[in-house]
Amino acid sequence: MAEPKKYNAPLINPETAPFWDAAKQGRFMIKRCTACGEPHYFPRSICPFCFSDKTVWEEASGEATVYTYSLMRKSPTGPYAIAYVTLKEGPSLQTNIVDCDLDTIKIGQKVKLVWKPTDGAPLPFFTVA
Amino acid sequence: MTIKGKAYIAGIYEHPTRHAPDKSTAQLHAEVAKGALEDAGLTKDDVDGYFCAGDAPGGLWPMVDYLGLNTRKLRHVDSTETGGCSYLIHLGHAAEAIAAGKCSVALVTLAGKPRTGPMPPRAAGAEADFESAYGATTHNAYGMCAMRHMHDYGTTSEQLAWIKVAASHHAQYNPHAMLKDVVTVEDVLNSPMISDPLHRMDCCVVTDGGGAMIVTTPEIAKRLKKPLVRLIGHGEAMKGPRGGKDLDLTYSAGVWSGPRAFEEAGVTQKDIKYASIYDSFTITVLMQLEDLGFCKKGEGGKFVADGNLISGVGKLPFNTDGGGLCSNHPVNRGGMTKILEAVRQLRGEAHPKVQVPNCDLAIAHGTGGLLGVRHAASTCILERV
Repeated sequence: MAEPKKYNAPLINPETAPFWDAAKQGRFMIKRCTACGEPHYFPRSICPFCFSDKTVWEEASGEATVYTYSLMRKSPTGPYAIAYVTLKEGPSLQTNIVDCDLDTIKIGQKVKLVWKPTDGAPLPFFTVA
Repeated sequence: MTIKGKAYIAGIYEHPTRHAPDKSTAQLHAEVAKGALEDAGLTKDDVDGYFCAGDAPGGLWPMVDYLGLNTRKLRHVDSTETGGCSYLIHLGHAAEAIAAGKCSVALVTLAGKPRTGPMPPRAAGAEADFESAYGATTHNAYGMCAMRHMHDYGTTSEQLAWIKVAASHHAQYNPHAMLKDVVTVEDVLNSPMISDPLHRMDCCVVTDGGGAMIVTTPEIAKRLKKPLVRLIGHGEAMKGPRGGKDLDLTYSAGVWSGPRAFEEAGVTQKDIKYASIYDSFTITVLMQLEDLGFCKKGEGGKFVADGNLISGVGKLPFNTDGGGLCSNHPVNRGGMTKILEAVRQLRGEAHPKVQVPNCDLAIAHGTGGLLGVRHAASTCILERV
């Protein structure tokens, strides 16, 4: 059995620090613009849709569906599945589908958030719900 | 204002190497620059504009100095970096600069050695902390596009394979092509799966090498000896997940760059005799053909099947040098070679077995970055005068 894959700690900057502080507490945050109402991910201080600076942090459910995926058959750390998942709250994001039989992943499948440790804040991944 | 007919491609050169462990990257840039200038019948001292992208060691200052460009004459530079389509954007920008009188002989170079060793890392974007752990590569980013395209439109691996088959039919006549063997749909489907649903033969080659072109004014081009080829339309565009709203990986920024180029040129898809289409992967070609309007969205699979892209057989001869899928994808960037083969076709200098008869209008289109993540696209429409 291979060692669990090691992930680098996020570098973190003032704009994204609240996301990683929440991640350390197991809370998955997205940003929502209070001017246009649109949520987005990854988090920005200025809304990428209406360019308002009235964006606020919001805890997301961690529930999502697979928009697309691709199973990389070989890599130095073994096969892995990259994917875009669409959060229940709306935004889609890039991730890996982990901790499941990678050959059974399907578009439209329900997935849920899991955290993977680093030497710093943990990173968000998704697994079958 | 338009760049239509304001700039001509007077010189082209594609480095014959596909593996160059014995050369430096800067040296390859110099060799392709020399080749393009000689093809045009110009000298280094004629150059008053220089364009390079992220593959040029150190960027503009070191390259201008290393090449020994005449800095008393050099009056316009541009280091626009949009990955593999940088050189298509350079062509458009060179035409803009020439139309505005900012330069008269522009040199554009591309070169590098990914086959010899790893490429230097790129600077990280604002998304790095939120994406870099997930291992996006060209293979799986394009794999995700293909997977969703199959899901939404019923596109099949057999249809994608036809794109590689067509490229291989052309590559057999290119003495410099890295892969010269004609392959079948079955060969593609039986090649190892790299990142679902893309097989090894859905992927382009990794090659050392490069290419260059000389872009100049109508007046200078007409004094030179080469057949006259000019740019009549250009478009550029970008696309990304943009906060994750309404994600759709089945189309590219080509849906915006293409119409911009066609409108400027005043021609339609039906007028195009030859198409150079970016072919980092088979899915790249299929999506670009749809996005450029050669067929409806979702019908790319049917369009490319049964040899429709093979010169002399199908309706839209594409990548008659063998393209990136079989011949050359220097520095993992296929934009320059797309322009070069389009110019060869318009000059009548393509291999006789793949030369399109009376080829007077061609399109060269490319993408850069990762189609499944963030990317640019650029479209150039070229005409033989």
